[in-house]
Amino acid sequence: MIPSVLTPALVLILGALLVVFFRGRAKSAYLLLLPVLVGCLMLTFPQGKIITAQFWGYDLVFLRVDKLSMIFGTIFCIMTFLGVLFALQVKDDMQHVAALIYAGSTLGVVYAGDFLTLYIFWEIMAVSSTFLILASRTKEAKNAGYRYILMHIVGGLFLLAGILIYAQANSSLEFNYIGLNGLDSWLIFIGFALNAAAIPLHAWLPDAYPMGTPTSTVFLSAFTTKSAVYLMARCFPGAEPLIWIGAIMVFVPIFYAVLENDIRRVLAYSLLNQVGFMLCGIGIGTALALNGAVAHAFCHILYKALLFMAAGSVLHMTGKIKCTEIGGLYKTMPLTCLFCIVGAASISAFPLFSGFVSKSMIVSASAHEKMALVWLVLQFASAGVFHHAGIKVPFFTFFGHDSGIRTKEPPWNMLLAMGIAAFLCVFIGVYPAPLYSMLPFPVDYVPYTGAHVVGQLQLLMFGALAFALLILSGYYPPEIRSANLDVDWFYRVFFGRFLYPVLDKSLNGLNAMAEKRVLGIVGAGGKVLQGFITRVLLFFSVNAWMLMGYRGKRLELKKHKLYTDVQAGTLPVGLGAAISTLFIVLVYMIT
Amino acid sequence: MYFCFEHHVAESLPKTHFVKSGKDMKKELKIFDNPRNVQRLLIGFYLSLAMLLASEFFIHKHASYPWENFFGFFGVYGFVSCVLLIFLAKGLRLIVMRKEDYYDT
Repeated sequence: MIPSVLTPALVLILGALLVVFFRGRAKSAYLLLLPVLVGCLMLTFPQGKIITAQFWGYDLVFLRVDKLSMIFGTIFCIMTFLGVLFALQVKDDMQHVAALIYAGSTLGVVYAGDFLTLYIFWEIMAVSSTFLILASRTKEAKNAGYRYILMHIVGGLFLLAGILIYAQANSSLEFNYIGLNGLDSWLIFIGFALNAAAIPLHAWLPDAYPMGTPTSTVFLSAFTTKSAVYLMARCFPGAEPLIWIGAIMVFVPIFYAVLENDIRRVLAYSLLNQVGFMLCGIGIGTALALNGAVAHAFCHILYKALLFMAAGSVLHMTGKIKCTEIGGLYKTMPLTCLFCIVGAASISAFPLFSGFVSKSMIVSASAHEKMALVWLVLQFASAGVFHHAGIKVPFFTFFGHDSGIRTKEPPWNMLLAMGIAAFLCVFIGVYPAPLYSMLPFPVDYVPYTGAHVVGQLQLLMFGALAFALLILSGYYPPEIRSANLDVDWFYRVFFGRFLYPVLDKSLNGLNAMAEKRVLGIVGAGGKVLQGFITRVLLFFSVNAWMLMGYRGKRLELKKHKLYTDVQAGTLPVGLGAAISTLFIVLVYMIT
Repeated sequence: MYFCFEHHVAESLPKTHFVKSGKDMKKELKIFDNPRNVQRLLIGFYLSLAMLLASEFFIHKHASYPWENFFGFFGVYGFVSCVLLIFLAKGLRLIVMRKEDYYDT
């Protein structure tokens, strides 16, 4: 049996607070031990609601264990280990602490069986991940982190509003399938959708993720969006809007990914595209589609992390990550290059790599439901993914034009983390049975049929032919140092330059006018009130001081000091709190 | 050829500018500096494309949609998708591209 209060979230969050007490190798060992501990803890979980409590008449479920939460818990645990291993050489403790709290709160979200627990971990997740963006300590990162947290606070408020209405209507905080019906479900849906970076609420992701440090972006890429995918799969399977949101998400970001210059921003846009596949699968909502979405989330976390690790290694070793600045790095980073290609092959869903066994479930599910348009869009996006994430990322980083940069492989721990991730990508692709056995529904799906393998290979290889011909003929759009406008323009420019001055003039003008009018009346009343408050304070304080043994001159001095403090408004907060407490105690004693 | 061009550029630049010591130079992989290797890679690539098309005769298709039965449907679709992707992206650039410091000013 497990101790009755230890949840994976608590182990990681409390464990994170102790990181600062370790140094050197002990710290490395400790950091790696935490996710291993969580993994062992998870092995002992029986099915069902394990840890529950009561709060104001509501049932709280800290640990709900079923197949859906277990598979996400497992992959988040693996990812925490890989992320920690990859970041082992980082000297900045703040990053380790923030990353562990972030991973822990994500596990809290995944295992939460009620909305209050969910909401608390949801907000911890938003705050801790912001620190991972700020960890770069550049001006751009600071600004991006600020925009990031603002967006997530807005999303959190939508969620909170939805939860409050939901709790009122159902007189319970526990949740499972909700479905889109009524205001509360839509508010909750919007809250989840923002974290899933669903278009049009997606712009925070490509804005903020590329600003992280080489190691922190690896964490960022894994947790927030996929925990939202988990919640969508639990609460809104079969919600039709998700099909269309998903279809738009697989489609639009790939154009941006083609244009982007920053490799990590290319990967951020391809992350949106991949989450689109998952949301689409959840929207279709059949057992096959949901299995596909969950399996795809599992594989995606691994290969996306692998790609961000490869990009992070390049950034760590060269300090550069823009297509226009790097190239030809295969010469001195052959292993990193190899791992990057494995990640690229996996995200492109090449046969024998992990993406193939998961993504094809979603595509097949759309075919079973005879959704021809969705099917065509998904196939188009599959070719597009291969184009930008499968070819562009490794080509412009490791091949392409020789930038002249000569560097070395990254430290052993980074290579090891990439190696493990790459191994898992290939292992799942070659032998998907263990993954399939973890899926929420029984799996009756065979990915490796002749027609499917040949069809997929044709799709990818002829896509590659297009790339090769366009590059050789010079029609391929050159990489340009640029900023490409996205939806975030609305809050970065439209709001900042146009809406803000209008609001400033109108609302603050209103304030100023109101102040003038109201101040005259309030000012007179205020004087009277001040005297009254002073008297009340003195009454209670003098009683308290006399209880404490102050007499004579010392009492006079105290009274005088309090009087002047109140008049000047410099009363210490602690004293105010103490007096209000005393007031309550007195009231209790009298009644 | 794109690769050949790069090869000449790399040749024409002073190597000492980039390489710290002779020891590092030995460690480098240079396989694609040789245009013949690039040529071989491309030939292998084209051959595999032909084989993929040919293999369609030997597999049993179980199509969900009628168009999947057309010969080489997936190849054509993949090729057209990628060409379309590139040209639409080029068009998108006209609308969304700004200077790199657009948001800073």
